[in-house]
Amino acid sequence: MMDILRQPWPWYVAGAIVGLTVPALLLLGNKHFGISANLRHACAACLPANIKFFKYDWKKEVWNLFFVAGILLGGFLAAQFLTNPEPVTVAPALLAELKTYGIEDHSQVLPRELFSLEGLLSLRGLVMLVGGGFLVGFGARYAGGCTSGHAIMGISNLQLPSMIATASFMAGGFLMANVILPYILKL
Amino acid sequence: MPGVLNKIPLPEKKEKSKIDNDYEARALDTICVNESHLQHKWYHNLKYALVGIFFGIAFTKAEIISWFRIQEMFRLQSFHMYGVIGMAIVVGMISIALIKKYNVKTIYGEKIEFHPKKFNKGQIIGGVLFGLGWAMTGACPGPLFAQIGAGFLVIIVVLLSAIAGTWVYGYFREKLPH
Repeated sequence: MMDILRQPWPWYVAGAIVGLTVPALLLLGNKHFGISANLRHACAACLPANIKFFKYDWKKEVWNLFFVAGILLGGFLAAQFLTNPEPVTVAPALLAELKTYGIEDHSQVLPRELFSLEGLLSLRGLVMLVGGGFLVGFGARYAGGCTSGHAIMGISNLQLPSMIATASFMAGGFLMANVILPYILKL
Repeated sequence: MPGVLNKIPLPEKKEKSKIDNDYEARALDTICVNESHLQHKWYHNLKYALVGIFFGIAFTKAEIISWFRIQEMFRLQSFHMYGVIGMAIVVGMISIALIKKYNVKTIYGEKIEFHPKKFNKGQIIGGVLFGLGWAMTGACPGPLFAQIGAGFLVIIVVLLSAIAGTWVYGYFREKLPH
């Protein structure tokens, strides 16, 4: 049993658990699944700076901060007790491509060449981590939600704006991964 | 009496873009606006943390937090992420349909509410910007937290940057096309 749990979980198991989060939060307290809102609550709590967008009682949304604290703890528990000692399987084509940029480490889910202190201090790492993070936060709020709020909760509730947002997420992702990212990785 | 009533000023019609009160400020685009009338102690929130734990474990074990899986998704080199998101949507859709059909209540007996979303240009412009960032960091906001928990402490920088991005959006919100 533990061996099965330690292996990478198949998509249908993980997908079902992620999907069940939607009714779980609704049944437990009428809460709508959405994670990027927490970034806004962080702004409202720490630096509202008299900006209307951040002037609200974030304490009413504190359940969501508990939810992400749980996600963090879940990541910790999985990494501590359910580690898979094998390297992460990566599509051969992707491995070959990354090798041309000097990225060869796939012992863990994030390549060390980019996601480490040394990576952060390199130009490409700085662009990807700081620039990428900025776009994730800016874009998610501009779009009114991220993958959880739009792609999963919104589409599950048959909302056309969420389908448009999800299509836009994918468009941006394809553009970055295939057209722009190769230039960044060459930095 | 009717004369007196006429003198009561009608509430002014307010512009749609104005944030009139706390509820509206949150409703603008944070979807969580359902306010429970029940007052609970703080520890009632622990049940949401428990849901988060399951969610975080699934994220980590299915490698949704992996930069490689996201790169494969956007290069059409793997079905994995499409399977995860597709499965999640199907399960979510069936759950919501059942909740609506049978008028299922929360564990406190409250009616479960849904709010329709309005279209605005931000969903396209912001959506594309989000996608660009997603393919760079290999993480949307949920996995960021799981990655930090899994021991990738450098991701704290990404999270802080995402919070900064959110703040800058809030600062320029009125000037951006919506």
